[in-house]
Formats: sequence, structure tokens, C-alpha cells
Amino acid sequence: MTKFIIRRLLQAIPTLFGITILTYLILVAAPGDPVTILTFDPNQFNSRELVERVGARLGVNDPLPVQYLRWLLGDDWMRWDSDGDGLADGSFLIPLDADGDGEPEPPGERRGIIRGDFGTSFVYNRDPLELIGARLPATLELNVAVLVVGLTLGIPLGVYAAIKRGGWFDNSTRLFAVIGNAVPDFWMGFVMIIIFGAILGILPLGGRNDPIGFRDPYPPIWERWNYLVMPTLVSALGVIAGYSRYMRTSMLETINSDFVRTARAKGLTNTTVWFKHAFRNSMIPLATFLGPTLFSLLGGSVVIERIFSWPGVGLLLLEAVNNQDFPVVMASTFIFSTLTIFGYLMSDILYAIFDPRIRY
Amino acid sequence: MSTQSSTVINLGTAPQQPVRSKSLWEKALYRIRQDRLTMIALTILVVLTLLAIFAPTISSGIFGVNHYTVNARNTYQPIGTPGHVLGTDELGRDHMARLLYAGRVSLGIGFSAAVLSLAIGIILGMLTGYFGGWFDDFMIWFITTLNSIPGIPLLLIINALLSPSPVTLVFVLAILGWTGTMRLVRGETFALREREFVVAARALGASSLRIMFIHILPNIISLVIITLAISIGALILTESALSYLGFGISTSEAPSWGNMLSGGLELVRSTSSRHLVIFPGMMIATTVLCLYIIGDGLRDAFDPKLSD
Repeated sequence: MTKFIIRRLLQAIPTLFGITILTYLILVAAPGDPVTILTFDPNQFNSRELVERVGARLGVNDPLPVQYLRWLLGDDWMRWDSDGDGLADGSFLIPLDADGDGEPEPPGERRGIIRGDFGTSFVYNRDPLELIGARLPATLELNVAVLVVGLTLGIPLGVYAAIKRGGWFDNSTRLFAVIGNAVPDFWMGFVMIIIFGAILGILPLGGRNDPIGFRDPYPPIWERWNYLVMPTLVSALGVIAGYSRYMRTSMLETINSDFVRTARAKGLTNTTVWFKHAFRNSMIPLATFLGPTLFSLLGGSVVIERIFSWPGVGLLLLEAVNNQDFPVVMASTFIFSTLTIFGYLMSDILYAIFDPRIRY
Repeated sequence: MSTQSSTVINLGTAPQQPVRSKSLWEKALYRIRQDRLTMIALTILVVLTLLAIFAPTISSGIFGVNHYTVNARNTYQPIGTPGHVLGTDELGRDHMARLLYAGRVSLGIGFSAAVLSLAIGIILGMLTGYFGGWFDDFMIWFITTLNSIPGIPLLLIINALLSPSPVTLVFVLAILGWTGTMRLVRGETFALREREFVVAARALGASSLRIMFIHILPNIISLVIITLAISIGALILTESALSYLGFGISTSEAPSWGNMLSGGLELVRSTSSRHLVIFPGMMIATTVLCLYIIGDGLRDAFDPKLSD
């Protein structure tokens, strides 16, 4: 088992590496020129030479792979200062005197994303990780609620549909699942806001908490549960639709398997066979969806968070893309992706734990 | 089982005609014709497609309206206004004409992006499944990486960089959307590669390309058709979600159901503009619903386990 987990962890490394390359390509393709922005001064005209010198000092003339390495691993090992006079006295891969003014540059200070240095947000002037960390509780809160609602409704629906295969209940859950997948989330959200928020006035229109009397550590969830109702329902619809279908298929497969037939042949009642034998075994494939669902909800809740103004990481990403705040965009993309890989990893491990037939 | 008894039985009767069993396609066609829900969905989809194709004829020929004339004195007309069957929008443009033209864009994007991504997925899937080896390892690594980045955020970023026209959007959606098909096709090819008819074809000296396209492809085409129906629907939804987030096709470029719906949502607080939300939303939901039902129906129709 430990061996299997270690092997899966090692397999995740090339994928993580690929993600860093893709994320870096986004930065390369991004419009705008940071050097011009850095040297811009409304009070004076900056000569081309100055712009070029600052650019050279920052390393824009280095070959792309070197720039990638600097972003990934930092540059404190590329140009270092061993005697502590503020000027570098040794360099690796990059020139000691990049701008050509005859004096060595100051030593590198970036630590690279691998050591958690995603730069500084252009808009908030803060560490992107700090910004994401501040938004993460809101997103997690919503996603846990969505998973709980989605699973407690989706699984029984699927089981019952499988037991009553071909009946009206089965057909209507099938129709419900298809409709639930076909209606755009944001339209559904808007219809709900109009009905429950505007016309009936029983639920708040959006947000996570009453803006009047706002307290900084958020009040406990039972004081503001009504803010959670609509986003959870709209977001859970897809989970309910998906899980009821998976559960139905999985349950049908188990019901038709040999050991269930044996159990029934031994004279056990339908209820015992369904719930003690079939249900427990048909839960195994579902366990594998759990991890990916949780983490894909993390990244995919941009639309839901936008409709209900839910202050989570999805909304942060949307704002960052709108503001061209690339450090934040890249940090959140990287973190979402890493979490997704982690989700797949977790599901593989869960599968191996739950299903003794799997060899590892 | 004695030979004698069977001879006795056959004596005096005409030699039995060999009954030609129906092919998979005939069976599937038969089952689809029996499946009323799928047939209804198919009919609605065909009607919607025809409406989109003949958008110019219908709007200017029959109703005498177009989708771009702005009239500041004629905004927010309700449904049933003389001259504007479905009313007008915030700029006084005819809502129905815009819906018809938007159908061209939305269906067109969904269809072309789905076909393009399927083509990429099928070709790469067959190549990796057939040849295996380092190319397979590389592609698996590549799609695992691509799939690890959540879809909507990735699309947001790319669209923010490109600010796409309908044509670029098709390419972006296709380039990000082929991985699922590739996985499916790869798995099937992997299994088919060892089957007797493929081994026989190889023994007869058929080239790899011939085996892939003449012998393996027909066996996965049913899978491809099912995926096509479902992914067109999913892509129309993605396009509308992107429009809602402000990164779809811009309204100035062309109307699409997605940007009409999200444009309408901005105005929905006034009661006179409710129809601007209802119709585009209904068009998206109906189209996607039909496509999903067709996909589901096709899956049942092609399933050999459900033989009757």
C-alpha cells in the first residue's frame, strides 16, 4: 500500500512539471510589458536606454528557458552575494553584469514558485497566496455544502431509480438529470434570485453575509445559513444529476452480478440484498469521483460565485483576469491544478483502499 | 444430437433460407425510430437548425425585419408588437431576428468546435492506441496535464489573452476539448488492435494507416456519434457561460444566444425586459436538452447489450 502511494505520488511529478510549463506559457503570452509599467513616471520622460537597462537587470534578455527557471526556482542561486556588500559576486546561467554598466547587479531575491514565491499582486500589492488564502474558506464552505446536499440527494435517487428500473420514477430522474445538465447555471441562478430574492423576498440576493454590521471573522454559519441556500442549490443540481446517474449505473451493475444472485438464491429478502450487498459494493466507484468532484468544484465555481457574489477564489480569479493581475491568475491556476491532481491521487488511493480486488 | 434425426426432420421440407441478421446500424436505426423521446428531440433540433440556416429569409423575407437596425424610439417593445413579433431589445433591434441569427452563431460554434475537437481526438486516439510506446506515454502525460487545469479558468485566461472572434473561439474550444474523445478512442483502439480481424488484415499486408481508417474507425464510429451529440450541447453551454463571465463573443461582433442571455440579465431588473432573458435562455436550454436526449438515445440504440 505504502509502495503504491509513493509510486502514485512520483507519477504526479511530471504532471506538476507540465502544469508549470503551461502556466508559464500564459505569462509569456500575456499582453503588456512589465518593464514599461515599472519605469513609467508621469513626471518625466524615460529614455529608451533606461527602459532597456531596467529590462536587462530584470532579465528579459535571458533565453526563455532561463526565464522559466527563474520563475520556477527563483534567482537567488543564479546570482549570489557571498561577501554581503549588496553586489553579486558570482553567477550561474545569467550574466553577472546584465545591464552592461560595468558594475555587477544586486543578488537575486526571488525564491521561485516552487518555494511559494508567486510575486506580488499588481492590484492589491500583496502576496497572491495570501489573497487566495483569504478567499479559500468561502469557497470551501460552499463546496462542502454542495457536496453534502448533492450526495444526500443524488445517491438515494440513483439507488431508487436502479431498484425500480424502467418505472416512472426511473424515467423522471433521468429526465431531471438531463434537464439539470442542460439549463445554464447562471440562468437558473438568476431565475431563483428573481423568484426567491426579488418577488418572494425570503432569501438574500447574494453575498456571504449581511453587509450591515459586518464583523471580520465571519459569524458562525448558522447565523447566515440563508446566504448559502441558493448558491448551494444551483451548484448542487449538477452534482445531483451526475451522481444519481452514476449511482444508478453502478447499482444496476452490482444487482446483476453473481454474488447478488447467490445472495438472493439463498433466500435473503430484497431489502437485505439491495442495501447490505448491492448498495455497499456499488459505492466503490463513487468513492473515486469524490476527490475530483471536490476539487473541480473549487476551480469550476467561477460562474456560481459570480451570480451570487460569493466572495470565493473563483471570483478572485475572475477579478484578476479582468484586471490582468497575472501573479494572482498564475498562482490560482497553479493551485487549482495542483489540487485537481491531488484529487485524482486521492481517488486512486481511496479506490485501492475500498476495493480489495485492486492490486497495487 | 444424432445426424440421423436431423436428416429425418429436414426430409421433405425446402432447404431453409439463411436469415440475414440485421447489422448494428440497422438495429440502431430501428431502435431510434421506436424511441419516441429521441425522435421528438431530433425533430425539434432539426427545426431549430433550419430556423438558424434560413435566418435571413425568415427575418427579412417573411417578417421584413433585420437583426441590426437600431431604433432609439422603439426600445423594450413587448412581445406581440406589430412588426416585431417577439418585441425589441434595449437598442430597439428586433428580438426575433436576433434570436435567429444568434442561433447560427451558437449552433455553428457548438457544431464546428465539436467536429474539430472530435477530429483531433479521433486521430490522436487512434495513433496512440494503435502504436503505443513513447508517443502514447507522452500524450497521456500531456492530456493529464491539460485536464488538471480546470476548464473554465483556463478558458477565461485564454480568452482574456485573445479576445476571440467566433472563429478563434471555435479553435480555442476545440484545442482544449479533445482530450476526453482521445481517451475514449485510445481505449477502444487498444482493445480492437488485438482482435482477429485486425490481426488478419495485418497478416494480409495492410498498412497501419489502412488498418486504422478502414478497419478500426468503422468500429468506433458509433461512439463518435454519441460523443458528438453530447459535446455540441456541452460546448453551447460553455459558450454561454463564457459570455456570462464577459469572455465570450462580444455583442458588437455577432449575437449569440449566450451573449444575448447575459446581456438580457444585465437589464432584467426592469419588468419590460423580461422577454430578453426568457427567449435566449429557452433557446439554449431547449437545444442542449435535445442534444443530450439524442446522445442518450443513441447510446441506448448502439448498445449491443440491449438487444431485443
